[in-house]
Amino acid sequence: MKAFADLLERLAFTPGRNAKLALLERFFREVPDPDRGYALAVLTGGLETGQAKPALLRALVAERVDAELFAMSYDFVGDLAETIALIWPARGPARDVPLAEVVEGLARAGKAEVPGLMARWLDALGPSERLALIKLVTGGLRVGISARLALTGLARIGTVPVEEIGELWAGFTPPYRPLFGWLDGGPRPEVTARAPFRPVMLSTPLTEPDLAGLDPAEFAAEWKWDGIRVQAVAEGGTARLYTRTGEDISAAFPEITAGLRFEGALDGELLVRRGEEVAPFADLQKRLGRKAPGKAMLASHPAALRLYDILIWQGEDLRPLPWSDRRQRLEVAVATLDPARFDASPRLPFSDWEELAALRADPPAAVIEGVMLKRLDSAYVAGRPRGPWFKWKREPMVVDAVILYAQRGHGKRSGFYSDFTFGLWDGDRLVPVGKAYSGFTDEELGKLDRFVRANTIDRFGPVRSLKPALVVEVAFEGLNRSTRHKSGVAMRFPRISRIRWDKPADEADKLTALTDILDEAGA
Amino acid sequence: MPADATRLLTLRPEGLYCPEGDFFIDPVRPVARALITHGHSDHARAGHGAVLASAQTLDIMAIRYGEGFAGSRQAAEGPLTLGGVEVRFHPAGHVLGSCQVEVRAGGVKAVVSGDYSRVPNPACAPFEPVRCDLFVTEATFALPVFHHPPPGDEIARLLASVAAFPERAHLIGAYALGKAQRVIMLLRAAGHDAPIYIHGALERLCDYHLAQGVPLGDLRPATMDKAEARALRGAVVIAPPSAFASPWVQRFADPVIAFASGWMQIRARARQRGVELPLVISDHVDWPDLTRTLRELNPGEFWITHGRDDALMRWAELEQRRARPLHLLGYEDEAE
Repeated sequence: MKAFADLLERLAFTPGRNAKLALLERFFREVPDPDRGYALAVLTGGLETGQAKPALLRALVAERVDAELFAMSYDFVGDLAETIALIWPARGPARDVPLAEVVEGLARAGKAEVPGLMARWLDALGPSERLALIKLVTGGLRVGISARLALTGLARIGTVPVEEIGELWAGFTPPYRPLFGWLDGGPRPEVTARAPFRPVMLSTPLTEPDLAGLDPAEFAAEWKWDGIRVQAVAEGGTARLYTRTGEDISAAFPEITAGLRFEGALDGELLVRRGEEVAPFADLQKRLGRKAPGKAMLASHPAALRLYDILIWQGEDLRPLPWSDRRQRLEVAVATLDPARFDASPRLPFSDWEELAALRADPPAAVIEGVMLKRLDSAYVAGRPRGPWFKWKREPMVVDAVILYAQRGHGKRSGFYSDFTFGLWDGDRLVPVGKAYSGFTDEELGKLDRFVRANTIDRFGPVRSLKPALVVEVAFEGLNRSTRHKSGVAMRFPRISRIRWDKPADEADKLTALTDILDEAGA
Repeated sequence: MPADATRLLTLRPEGLYCPEGDFFIDPVRPVARALITHGHSDHARAGHGAVLASAQTLDIMAIRYGEGFAGSRQAAEGPLTLGGVEVRFHPAGHVLGSCQVEVRAGGVKAVVSGDYSRVPNPACAPFEPVRCDLFVTEATFALPVFHHPPPGDEIARLLASVAAFPERAHLIGAYALGKAQRVIMLLRAAGHDAPIYIHGALERLCDYHLAQGVPLGDLRPATMDKAEARALRGAVVIAPPSAFASPWVQRFADPVIAFASGWMQIRARARQRGVELPLVISDHVDWPDLTRTLRELNPGEFWITHGRDDALMRWAELEQRRARPLHLLGYEDEAE
């Protein structure tokens, strides 16, 4: 538990991706089985949690600590699990409890035994391990990394590419001993699980100049839908819906899982669709937040699958076939499925790049992010090979905003003010609408840093409040309505596309520039 | 308890005052006569008429404020009589030169502890428990969530990070008096004998520690240019917290930002500061040491100068001990 708690703590405070990978690699190298396997399950969200509720822990701590002192402490710390972990009275020297003891102990325990087990472990562990334990059993663990990143870190301990691990790992259950045996140099294990996940093929971004080197006759085009990429597998009577990192989300989308009446594996985009109309991403996000959606949610936000590809059909592995052959097989397969839930993403006819550019510039729905280009002869291969598939996103939307706050960055940007909150005019007030961390060069970063230091009007810890004097052009991919933001809007992937040193702040855009876009889209 | 122990000390706008001896202890405004417990700037201020403190605290004040920091100064050695009271200084275990002030008159005794710690610190003499009728304590970390881990464990975490990221410099924020040298000594004790780089603001106080016989090993200035700083891979660099908001940090390539403070026990605090490696290293008593000290000294009454007096008052209520919060203003949080 100690090594695992250390890892969680470092991951929580480490902003850099490479540093996170280094921490993960070290952990998987140094920690023995089965603990590293259970840790992998935790990091990838593959472990059953929620055996102990916060109320149970509060009751346990109330037997040990004065209620008033606890209340003062909770008020100061601000996080229940952390307060309990820190305030729990130590009893003698700490003993490390293996992660396996916790996971296996809870799996075996009856409900009545959980409080006793928890108290025993909390007594034995130190504060940092207690926090990991509490977060683990209450299911409140926010690790701050994706399953994909965990697998990438894992891949570094051996010579097996992460794509191959991705294909296999979901086929095993924690603590994944055969998987780790393989990475340590043992034989490649056989997957025995039914309806396993297969690693997904991803595309690389395309820019206009790249097109000159490509022959339009060698490519097919499709819309790029703004949902989430999924894989639907039905084999031997088992049906599962996976995200593109292999996370099983079958239970969250029962209407899709129930409709997987075939023998094979399909690749597509999960969307919320009402009749022919595909809803904006925000609607899907509502569904993604629910592990088990209620009836009302199923009715108001019905999910559908728009299919892109076919990997396995009737036991036959179609992945080595050219895309054009797979497309034909896909169309035949889709015809056997419920059209209310399943359809094939339409192919876009075009004869030259200009024609495609025109389609991309004016898609028929707001939920389309751009176009996909796929080589007609491309096999379906794991990972993100450069060449066979391209995504060509729509031009981003832009808005001229005023920088309001700045915060210091991390890692290579240590000491530089590099994280900016920007706002738009609402009457004579500037309302914060988003944050941006990227889009500028190192030289511009230096200039921005000097601007921040020269125009600070107030400080809150590492945050500086600035004189509203600098306008930046912010590019973004989409907009949602938001109740969490004061402005009522949330941008997707905002970044600074240009610094407008020349532009006076009062000429920046109004908040209505964004709300009008939403009104137009009917969102 | 004897009824007049609390008469030894009273509260004035300038700070804690002893009427019978006509002096203040750690006053926050200039006064005619001040007794100073230790050299941290919230306790030791410039501009008093006469200052009585340990020889080391006087030296530290001269380093910080210049030789003319007070009208006159006297090093506290052995018992002294001031007006009608007897005064003695006892080690507080907080930083180099730190002392508690014992005030005795008419058969009763008060002890003003300043800031103190019970964890052994090779830079200074350990806290000396002095039985008394009135004990005046700090309460900086007086919440039961503060259990400072053994400092050696925290240094082990730092060294593990240096080993895991050998290409990155590790920049540690540490208060210039006490904490910085503490971190250096802990590193040396853990076998880290590579050069340690120090920010210019730490130089004079580190030199003073060396002059006082506190070994710090190979220290080098961290005032190099960008090219040199970028070459400092895997090195440990120590700087005062204020340096992290200045462009000084920009000379380092992808550093790990660490911070050594008792506050780092609380994640939100570490996050607020943008710290990547929080190190829980404190020179104050944590909750178990604070409550242990109060039980051990068992004074008839204790007063709380600053910090979380609400929690400590609640503890006193539960333990049926007589206590009073002073709400002294001007004493700041550690290392801020």
